[in-house]
Amino acid sequence: MSNDSKAIIIDEKDNVATLLCDGAKKGSTMQVQIGEKEVQVEMRDNVEFGHKIALHDIKKGEPIFKYGEIIGQAARDIAKGEHVHIHNVDSCRGLAEEK
Amino acid sequence: MELTGYQRSNGQVGFRNYVAILPSVGCANDIVNGLGHLYPNVLVLNHRQGCGQLGIDKEQSARTLAGLGKNPNIGAVLVVGLGCESITANYLANEIAKTGKRVEVLVAQNEGSNLNTLSKGNVILKDMIHEVSNMKRTPCDLNSLTLGIKCGLTDTTSGLSSNPATGVAADRIIEAGGTVVFGETPEVIGAEHILGKRAVSEEVKQRLCHYVELCEKRVKDSGVDIRGANPAPGNIKGGITSIEEKSLGAIKKAGSKPLQDVLAYGEVPEGKGLFFMDGPGRTPEALTGLNATGAQIIVFSTGGGSPAGTRISPVIKVTGNSRTAEVRKDHIDVSVEGIIKGEMNLQQAGERIFQEIIEVASGKMSKAEVFGYGSLSVWNLGVHM
Repeated sequence: MSNDSKAIIIDEKDNVATLLCDGAKKGSTMQVQIGEKEVQVEMRDNVEFGHKIALHDIKKGEPIFKYGEIIGQAARDIAKGEHVHIHNVDSCRGLAEEK
Repeated sequence: MELTGYQRSNGQVGFRNYVAILPSVGCANDIVNGLGHLYPNVLVLNHRQGCGQLGIDKEQSARTLAGLGKNPNIGAVLVVGLGCESITANYLANEIAKTGKRVEVLVAQNEGSNLNTLSKGNVILKDMIHEVSNMKRTPCDLNSLTLGIKCGLTDTTSGLSSNPATGVAADRIIEAGGTVVFGETPEVIGAEHILGKRAVSEEVKQRLCHYVELCEKRVKDSGVDIRGANPAPGNIKGGITSIEEKSLGAIKKAGSKPLQDVLAYGEVPEGKGLFFMDGPGRTPEALTGLNATGAQIIVFSTGGGSPAGTRISPVIKVTGNSRTAEVRKDHIDVSVEGIIKGEMNLQQAGERIFQEIIEVASGKMSKAEVFGYGSLSVWNLGVHM
């Protein structure tokens, strides 16, 4: 099985998919298997192996789901196909208290 | 393959057969180094602790240092003190001697000069090495194994492949009557609701949550966010975005068995099955804590390919990242890259790791062991006075 242009989800609740291919260019199409159907996502950024992309538009403040669990929240609006990482996601845990 | 080890007088089994020199205080490290020069095969367990510590840190250092000496992979121990420290050589020797192994004490200030100490220590060690070298490997049961589990230099392949595959191997050890200890409290933040469900009692669940809360409180009190420290820059480069994401992948290395109890850092578990040990995710402290729990073998799941090891317990490095498996093959023992390529399922990968555990326990050297990788670092929270 080839991993070219492939990203995976771990739970159907996930709104991000992890790239299994060796990096993908902006404008290329990523294939993500969600249950029975294969979804196509157009890449809005250059993204490396093991990094995540948004499966649909995510509004600022909405939770990011991976493993079917919350891994953080959108720090700003994230568009479908965007790289999802520290530049647009905040942790919900381990935050310093405002002083 | 048959599992073989060194039967100890207290019923435990060593999978290595070392003589160790343990300073009771960091100020005796140079004496211990001097002794180690003459006997290159002896484990020199240098550390920074043993004096000037307050309350909980002093207890934690004492418990951990005693635990290192008690590890069944060590056949005999020479404890070396300076004579003016708070964690005394006699205290550690008495604790270690409860295992029934040979323990000798050398206190520099009782011997007069350093030269006297070195000369006396050298005679003791020569004798110990002879005695321990005569112990033989014999077939033994898997229930004698305590497996330590750690993940480090995590990337997103860890949570998808090498961690769950390690969990399959952990389950097999427990099904065979063995013990598994894993830790890294920061890497339960955001996953405590999942791990907590596996606790055998409400009390154990509360203890787990207590340690996680304490850990998160330390971050909050520090005034800075956890990101950057954990996930570390290497994790972020590997695609890990938040501590929650790291934790959800990290707990998969502990398999699926019930959580029997939650241990303090370096505490020896009572009973068999799965145990969680409080402590940091940072590799040297996490591995040293596992050494002190009595883990004879450690499986280390690593996306990016950490070189880490310990001198006391062989560390088996597992990766699910094909690039790491290729580029860092010098220090990767098992590649489960086939999971992400779709060429291997988790059960098959777990079986590979399990077989490697049996082989390494029975004498095959792990790669970190070949390199002699493994500085000790005892975890402490407070200041030195």
